[in-house]
Amino acid sequence: MTASSVPTGNPAIRMTGIEKAFGSVRANRGASLEVQQGEIHALVGENGAGKSTLMKILGGLQPPDAGTMEVNGKDVTGWSTSDAIRAGIGVVHQHFMLVPTLTVAENIVLGMEPVKGGRFDYRKAVDEVKTLSHNTGLEVSPDRKVADLSVGEAQRVEILKTLFRGAKILVLDEPTAVLSPPEVRDLWTVLRGLRDAGGTIILITHRLDEVIDISDTITVMRAGQTVTRLKTTETTPSEIAKAMVGRDVALTSRDEAGILTTPAHGGAIGQPPRDDEASAINVTNLCVLGSRKTIEVDGVSFSIRAGEILGIAGVEGNGQTELIEALAGLRRIESGSVRIDGKDVTFRNVGERRTAGLSHIPEDRHRRGLILDYSVADNLVLGLQADFVDKGLLDTDRINANAEAQIKAFDIRPPVAGMPARNLSGGNQQKVVVAREMGGAFTVLLASQPTRGVDVGAIEFIHSRLREARAAGKAILLVSAELNEVLALADRVAVMYRGKFVAVVPASEASEESLGEYMTGTRKESAA
Amino acid sequence: MNPVSFLAQMVRIAIPYLFAATGGVVAERSGIISLELEGLMLVGAFSATIGTHYSGSPWIGVLCGILGGLIFGLVHALATIRYRADQVVVGIAINLLAIGVTRFFLKLAFASSSNSPRINGFGGRAAAHGFDNPLLWMGLLAAPVLAFFLYRTPFGLRVRAVGEHPGAAASVGVSVNKIRYIAVAVSGMLAALGGVFLALDQHQFTDQMTSGRGFIAVAAVIFGRWDPVKAGLACLFFAAAETLQIQLQGNHVIPSQFIEMIPYALTIIALAGLVGRAVAPAALGKAVE
Amino acid sequence: MNTRTKEQLEEALFPPLVALLVALIFGDLLIMSYGQSPAMVYKLLLQGTWGNAYGFGQVLYKSTTLAFTGLAVSLGIRAGLFNVGAESQLAAGGFLAALVGLGLSPAVPGIIAVPLCMIAAAAGGGIVGAIPGWLKVRFGAHEVIVTIMLNFIVLALLNYIVAAHLHVPETLHTPEIHAGSVATLASIIPAFHGSAANFTILFALIAASVVGIYLFRSRRGFELRAVGLQPDAAEYGGVSVGGVWLRAMTISGAIAGLGGINYVLGYKHYYEEGFTGGAGFLGIAVALVGRNHPLGVVLAALFFATLSQGGLAIHAFVPKQMVEVLQGVVILAVAMSVPEVRAVLRRARKPVTA
Repeated sequence: MTASSVPTGNPAIRMTGIEKAFGSVRANRGASLEVQQGEIHALVGENGAGKSTLMKILGGLQPPDAGTMEVNGKDVTGWSTSDAIRAGIGVVHQHFMLVPTLTVAENIVLGMEPVKGGRFDYRKAVDEVKTLSHNTGLEVSPDRKVADLSVGEAQRVEILKTLFRGAKILVLDEPTAVLSPPEVRDLWTVLRGLRDAGGTIILITHRLDEVIDISDTITVMRAGQTVTRLKTTETTPSEIAKAMVGRDVALTSRDEAGILTTPAHGGAIGQPPRDDEASAINVTNLCVLGSRKTIEVDGVSFSIRAGEILGIAGVEGNGQTELIEALAGLRRIESGSVRIDGKDVTFRNVGERRTAGLSHIPEDRHRRGLILDYSVADNLVLGLQADFVDKGLLDTDRINANAEAQIKAFDIRPPVAGMPARNLSGGNQQKVVVAREMGGAFTVLLASQPTRGVDVGAIEFIHSRLREARAAGKAILLVSAELNEVLALADRVAVMYRGKFVAVVPASEASEESLGEYMTGTRKESAA
Repeated sequence: MNPVSFLAQMVRIAIPYLFAATGGVVAERSGIISLELEGLMLVGAFSATIGTHYSGSPWIGVLCGILGGLIFGLVHALATIRYRADQVVVGIAINLLAIGVTRFFLKLAFASSSNSPRINGFGGRAAAHGFDNPLLWMGLLAAPVLAFFLYRTPFGLRVRAVGEHPGAAASVGVSVNKIRYIAVAVSGMLAALGGVFLALDQHQFTDQMTSGRGFIAVAAVIFGRWDPVKAGLACLFFAAAETLQIQLQGNHVIPSQFIEMIPYALTIIALAGLVGRAVAPAALGKAVE
Repeated sequence: MNTRTKEQLEEALFPPLVALLVALIFGDLLIMSYGQSPAMVYKLLLQGTWGNAYGFGQVLYKSTTLAFTGLAVSLGIRAGLFNVGAESQLAAGGFLAALVGLGLSPAVPGIIAVPLCMIAAAAGGGIVGAIPGWLKVRFGAHEVIVTIMLNFIVLALLNYIVAAHLHVPETLHTPEIHAGSVATLASIIPAFHGSAANFTILFALIAASVVGIYLFRSRRGFELRAVGLQPDAAEYGGVSVGGVWLRAMTISGAIAGLGGINYVLGYKHYYEEGFTGGAGFLGIAVALVGRNHPLGVVLAALFFATLSQGGLAIHAFVPKQMVEVLQGVVILAVAMSVPEVRAVLRRARKPVTA
């Protein structure tokens, strides 16, 4: 089933030496990709490995800074979206590109509407969509409004949209992130059908089970570069995982070594706290709704002792964001309770929780963690502004003194308190957030993606700060999309899947493989 | 109250609203806020007066009015689309600019700061009650015709897509900016026709003669939930209330000021969602890179 | 407030300068279309405004109201809100000030009557501003449309009250107030004789300073600006975004309402239908050109007042309506150059990597 077609002549896609930078972030650093016609090709890598950027370049949404790309042997470097569509490339984006107020048929034909006598021939559009839908097995009713569709149906519309435009090369960006297991099975059937009909499919994913399941060939990316190209039949999940994580990256080997050589903490590593033991934060049966009013956190309970790091692993979008927001006071708690230091804060606001001893490094520093146009000094008191008031006005002297002290303690560069946060590098921006949240008194820290998009030096710095805080008796809840980060820092690891803790294990007993099975829902166990 | 004269007066009041509101609908459905309808109407009225005055033909006046609206519409489009300027600010600036420009050239052309000389118009037979004016029929047809374009043509589909989710439209190769330029240009011409009707109907241009009608049209767009036909009905409704107030004048049943408030109060109520929520096109007011 | 960086200053200052240049070019064209010499007309414009005491007094008078409405609009923008309702807030403030001034006995000394009238003015504008603020927080109604619609409603309501109950026969204004008048500048400096300049301008300057301290030195201002820049980050920082919106709209309305004292307490001593004369809308231009900074707003108010008074000075040669065209051009040019200047400057400087 998985035998890939023998290369004949030119590959369907050949991208070489692709470079792409956004500001100071280099998303692609000499990345390459080669895909044969008639195969399902998995493009895998961790978050931020540069997969999506590479596909945006292929689809003409962004031009590469350097490098060349060929489609069916023709140089197409830097082409436009419409060139790509004309050449038969269809991209199904992670965030759907559908107009919710229009019907399925209208969305599918948009831009190449059937016309009769100057009018948009809607009946014909519906008929064509029905035929296409029938031929491909992508069943969806053409007359329904997209706003009323389930996520799985919307994705079918996205695929139909590309096929309607004659796509021969289909790119799907994390297509299963939003699907239920039966929907995933249906999708696999459709994709295999398309491949068997001569279509080429590129699947972006970071779920290894899917890769093994569906792909013929695999390209692994890491940190903007292409690491290796494998035949699915000739590899194993652990080989792919190693390539994704990368043994030869200084940062990871250091952290992996950290697990082996540094006993995380005291003698109590990994033992779940007993209920009678005083815990710094205690969460019981927490239920939280997401933005679309669906249950995103479904009865989660846990405690963290002083001097312990609980890591949450899981594929993004399984309720981690909502959990953290609910704990921080940024999202309404539907049921359950949260206690900090024994005090019930379930219905307390952000400021009151901070007073109770809660600190929070938010997952998105550009949206939540920093006010980019505020100076470093002002950002260092965001959330603490009430404490920096003197005679009714902000105490500039103390704000500046605080800034000088924190800049020094957390090595924020350049050391200019008056500089807008916008002008700092990602790593130094994150240090500002970390300094504010960890530079003062706190009992519990919520650290969400604390090292996302920052340079290696800053990662090291932030990791050591988290370890020091643990040694100083703080309770830390760490959420990270980087499994190795969770494994390197946490005493216990909880795996979150579809809003629930499906496993809680001591970090010493956890491995990427075993956690991976929980993360993808292939193995289940009631939470400890 | 004579029903024929009531209807005739109501339609006459409604026509400028109808032109301007349909113009507002097409621009806003493409994602561009239209607070400049007032200014576009004023420019249309003035250009039509100039054209008619110098040619003697109201048809030339209509063409000049459309041209004036087109130019100001394109300025609006350039500022908001090419330069990504704040659409609310630009709308207000266009309104101020329109007042200034019409006053300046009124002075230049007719050496007056209040009004132009008398110009020709359409129809005018007393028995026809104004229904012999071709512009009146164009105004009545504007909303249904726009509805046809918006819901029954490929261009209309693209306008609606661009106003709701420009990213989705761009991802299938629809040029978002091109659609918006066209929509705003059409909006300028339509709204200007509202002013053209006013000037030709009153046989002259007077300073600030639109006196807030453009904002009633904005109210109609919102109260009509960005649908051409519903916005048109809102225009007729507002005009009916005004007609009632005029015909009841002297009775002192309700002070005229309270009748004036109706369109605005209804719009606020609609926006607050007290009588069914008015939901704007999702990408309204957002510039694209 | 920490020291602004050179880049931030550039981002703030370039757009108004660009706009001034564009306006000058347009002005040249308009003047030449009238067959006059631009240099002569501009000279005349300056002489008629800053060149003599009367003209300068008129500039000060006109800039007083504009400073209030400009401050009002800019405070809203700092909170991420667009208050297009300054026109009716100004009218409501002037009306309530006149009402209190009418209600007080002539025996009440100015030291008591003036503050009472000012409180009334602030309350009038504040209420009109609070309504759209509340509707936004409670129902998510967009403040731009609500304030525009409220302009018409409030002005119609005031017109009704004055016309039906308060007007002096044959006029559109109320009787003169009994208490609360503010002296003219001419009472101290005789050279200003004949101009409408009065001591309410001091209140405008005080208002500008207070707004500056509030925005940049107080905790509430820190939170207000945070909401305006990044509501999600402000919420994360423990700020109630809805609370800030309601507060900002109320304060903004109150400041606009205070602008009413210039005409009512300082100049005519009565409320008159239409006394606002578009000063509320021009406040948007003032805030925009003043880059939402109190100092900039005061300077921009002087600029627009100069244009407006200058129109009268050149009227014998070029119609005064020319300056109305230029106002529109300036607003358009600033609005168009703000995103452009920011994009160009940000492209030019790379983030600092240490």
